[in-house]
Amino acid sequence: MSRRGTASEGSTAIVAVKVGPVRPRRVNLRVNPWIRFAVRRSARLVVSLWVLVTFAAFIIHLVPGDPVRKALGINASADVVASTRHDLGLDQSVPAQYWDYLGHLIHGDLGRSLSSGLPVDETISELLPNTILLALIAFGVTILVAVPLGLIMAVLTQNGRRRPLELAYTTVSIVLGSIPEFLLGVALVYLLGVRTHLLPVAGQQGVASYVMPVLALSLGAIVGISRIVRVEILSVLERDYMRTARLKRLPGWKLYVRHALPNALTATATIAGLLLGGLIAGTVLVETIFAWPGLGQVFVTAITSYDFTMVQALVLVYGGLVLVINFLVDLLLAVVDPQTTIRES
Amino acid sequence: MTTEMTVVAAQVSNNSVPRNVSLRRLLRTPLGIAALVADIALLLLAILAPIIWGRSADAYDTAGINLPASSAHTFGTDGLGRDLLLRVLVATRFSLELALGATLIGVFFGLLLGSLPIVTGARVGRFIVAAFNVLVAFPGLILAIFFSSIFGIGATGAMLALGVASAPVFARLTHTLSAGVAGRDFVSAARMVGAGRMRIIVRHILPNIGDTLIVNVAMGAGGMLLAFAGLSFLGLGVQPPSFDWGRMLQDGLQQIYINPMAALGPGLAIVLAGLALNLTGEAAAQLAGRRVSTGRRRWLPSGLAKTETGTNGPWASTDRPVLVVENLTVRFPGPDGHPIMPVRGVSFEIAAGECVGIVGESGSGKSLSALAIAQLIQAPGDVEAGRLLFDGEDLLRLSRGRLRRHLATSMAMVFQDPMSSLNPVRRIGSQLAEVAVEHGGLSRRAAAARAVDRLGQVGVPAPRRRARQYPYEFSGGMRQRAMIAMGLMLSPTLLIADEPTTALDVTVQKQVLELIAKVRAEQNMAVLLISHDLAVVSAMCDRILVMYAGQIVESISVATLLAGPRHPYTRALLAAVPDLQTDRCVPLATIPGRPPPPADFGTGCAFAPRCSYATDRCSRTPEPLSIDGDTVACWHPRQGAKGPPRAVEPGAVSSTIARTS
Repeated sequence: MSRRGTASEGSTAIVAVKVGPVRPRRVNLRVNPWIRFAVRRSARLVVSLWVLVTFAAFIIHLVPGDPVRKALGINASADVVASTRHDLGLDQSVPAQYWDYLGHLIHGDLGRSLSSGLPVDETISELLPNTILLALIAFGVTILVAVPLGLIMAVLTQNGRRRPLELAYTTVSIVLGSIPEFLLGVALVYLLGVRTHLLPVAGQQGVASYVMPVLALSLGAIVGISRIVRVEILSVLERDYMRTARLKRLPGWKLYVRHALPNALTATATIAGLLLGGLIAGTVLVETIFAWPGLGQVFVTAITSYDFTMVQALVLVYGGLVLVINFLVDLLLAVVDPQTTIRES
Repeated sequence: MTTEMTVVAAQVSNNSVPRNVSLRRLLRTPLGIAALVADIALLLLAILAPIIWGRSADAYDTAGINLPASSAHTFGTDGLGRDLLLRVLVATRFSLELALGATLIGVFFGLLLGSLPIVTGARVGRFIVAAFNVLVAFPGLILAIFFSSIFGIGATGAMLALGVASAPVFARLTHTLSAGVAGRDFVSAARMVGAGRMRIIVRHILPNIGDTLIVNVAMGAGGMLLAFAGLSFLGLGVQPPSFDWGRMLQDGLQQIYINPMAALGPGLAIVLAGLALNLTGEAAAQLAGRRVSTGRRRWLPSGLAKTETGTNGPWASTDRPVLVVENLTVRFPGPDGHPIMPVRGVSFEIAAGECVGIVGESGSGKSLSALAIAQLIQAPGDVEAGRLLFDGEDLLRLSRGRLRRHLATSMAMVFQDPMSSLNPVRRIGSQLAEVAVEHGGLSRRAAAARAVDRLGQVGVPAPRRRARQYPYEFSGGMRQRAMIAMGLMLSPTLLIADEPTTALDVTVQKQVLELIAKVRAEQNMAVLLISHDLAVVSAMCDRILVMYAGQIVESISVATLLAGPRHPYTRALLAAVPDLQTDRCVPLATIPGRPPPPADFGTGCAFAPRCSYATDRCSRTPEPLSIDGDTVACWHPRQGAKGPPRAVEPGAVSSTIARTS
């Protein structure tokens, strides 16, 4: 604080002496906090990705017993096992295998599935868009509903007003929030599919088939985020600068949307970032329930059938998604709230 | 951590054995009771269900496979004719065991990893902590799926996978907590006497973070139960013939069209058990530190308990007042339901261009009076006034829209803490311009230009550039200047400055006060200056209102004040101001006792308990007396000439006050 304070005072003094148009300040690569922040976060992303790749490369070595025998089953002949071992490069030294793996990865070669023999990257490029689409829609719905809901609830229940509404809201949100997405999914299947036949319970055909998976993924997140938004807004409304804003006698919506909401965004964005990661995990479960043609079911099947090449690739896909999301959220936070984010980095 | 928590608990229970007492107290709250009942039920079910129904739950019945729910089979039967309700009940033990096992594994590895940064020292520790941060961002289920590809599918593999997947969370928690403890004095002391790092961790750090850790473990167990159910549901957890709730849910989903209860039953069990564990976590958290509240705040309509409000006297009226306040009262609902009145019957006037100061101790109602005049008291606070005239308009009769515009245009306000009074995420210029666009009819561009102009007027250098900056790029003094500039955006006739310099350092204080004086002169603007600093007010103002316990006890011109005020409270305040002659060998003069809190204002003169001149008459509220243009509300006004000792003999102030006490 004090350092920045003195610096700005100092520059103020200089500017005050040189009358005239203010020249844009030079960007010093070492000092500019924005660039230092971006470099640090990028370095962290690269290191994390490298750790992830290394983890994926060694999965097959960490599995107790003979992974190839597990994958091919007890009935596979010794010749087949030996040739598969050779194909996977398991007969080479570990550093050589790791080096090979990195080399193939750089060329986009993820190998072939041990169970189907198909190239792994084909499966992924076919099904990954469905998973990402589902997660993004659920994320969008969550933010579009949760932020206004939280804001409205905060405004309605500020200063201890409307206690019954507050009680109803917190009760519903706690109950909904503590039910995991796969149970919500099952409940939705029962209510909207089995009981009423309103919506298709499986597959990805038409808009109607999106409703239940998106609901299952976003309901819990909506109540969670709206609660955080509400609490944040409630605390923001108590702040001195809101009194200053009230002093200007702005109409209500300007007061809340322009002055209060931006100050609640840091916490919301942080949580939303975690949520998006969580949604990626949730898709695995929800895709299983609704037979969604995404990567979730493939992942589960790959693990249960010891399809290690597929598992390796999916660890990279899911892990990479989470890391990239976190990186983007960090950048977003820096834009929304440069003061805290960059200084704390 | 422990010490802090014990402190909190002790405050709550006010007893020498805080933990037991707050436990007992917690059990009287709905949360505590619910948690206890749920835990006992869950525990009994886990122990007894496999013993009682273990065999019948495994009994095949080929005649009754996949039966829907009926009175004989509440949840129906599965593909082998086994009763699903019994199986759900029996599965309680296994489901709980697996969840708790995974939690314990997570805590074990979390403690190990979380202590690493302390063992390895700061340099390596930083990388370990960075790794925690990256890992924690991974959703637990994704990590668990990753690890289950290594540990293999099945109950043991899933338990290991979930445990290891949750380790980063517990590791970071351990690290955060222990980093807090590691900086404490007793750990430094242990280091000084040469205790090894392991010894410090085991003997000094772990015991001190134990409580918080246990709370978090309790809260984590519920999540773990749900996560395990998810893993089993995916088919990565428990494999047949074993069964837990997640596995049963998966099997049930296959036959949801035939028998919905086959899926809903286990689902219900998961939700209920998850809720029970979460309740326990919440209860543990409350026990460990958060306040246990048994009573709710009750509200009474504020009209019910009208105490006799103060008076409505001739408080030094002047011609052409810009502000007339008569019998202003502020009410809040009190903790016991009775309304409290932090401001009661305040009346005064401010002439155009006049500077009036309000002084008084904290809690005397100065700021609330100002906020009430500015119509900024929020519900549940309630403002009443006999008359409230401002700049030619009756604020009590103005329509809402006109009132807002009138106040926005003509009344400016500066608050105590410039650090928090500006919105941190908006540029200074746009914060200033806003009011001119909203109420001044200016275009955005014109308002922005005026903002730059006003910033220049209050002495902000390089206003064009500074207008584009955020508050955090401004120093405290500059922010206060910006606040004053904001007030000048339209055409204010009154500036209310609520302790405008309290948060600033002394040199900046002087600049800001000079600025207020300059602006006042330029704009012929009246100023209401609120302060607890008599020196500041007497330097700036023409007249001073002294507030005590929500009332004005004296209205006095600055000249009379310096000669010697009439109210004993004002005299005591004045005597407490140190100056260069103050004898440094004796403690600084204070007024003995404390001002009463608003709930205990009582009737009569509120200062009487602290007043050395008080008599029986003081149990009645004193009527304001007019003496030579000043007003004092006291049964025993002092004579001005014989005033405070300092007027006669500077330097003897402190000792006299000390003796009078």
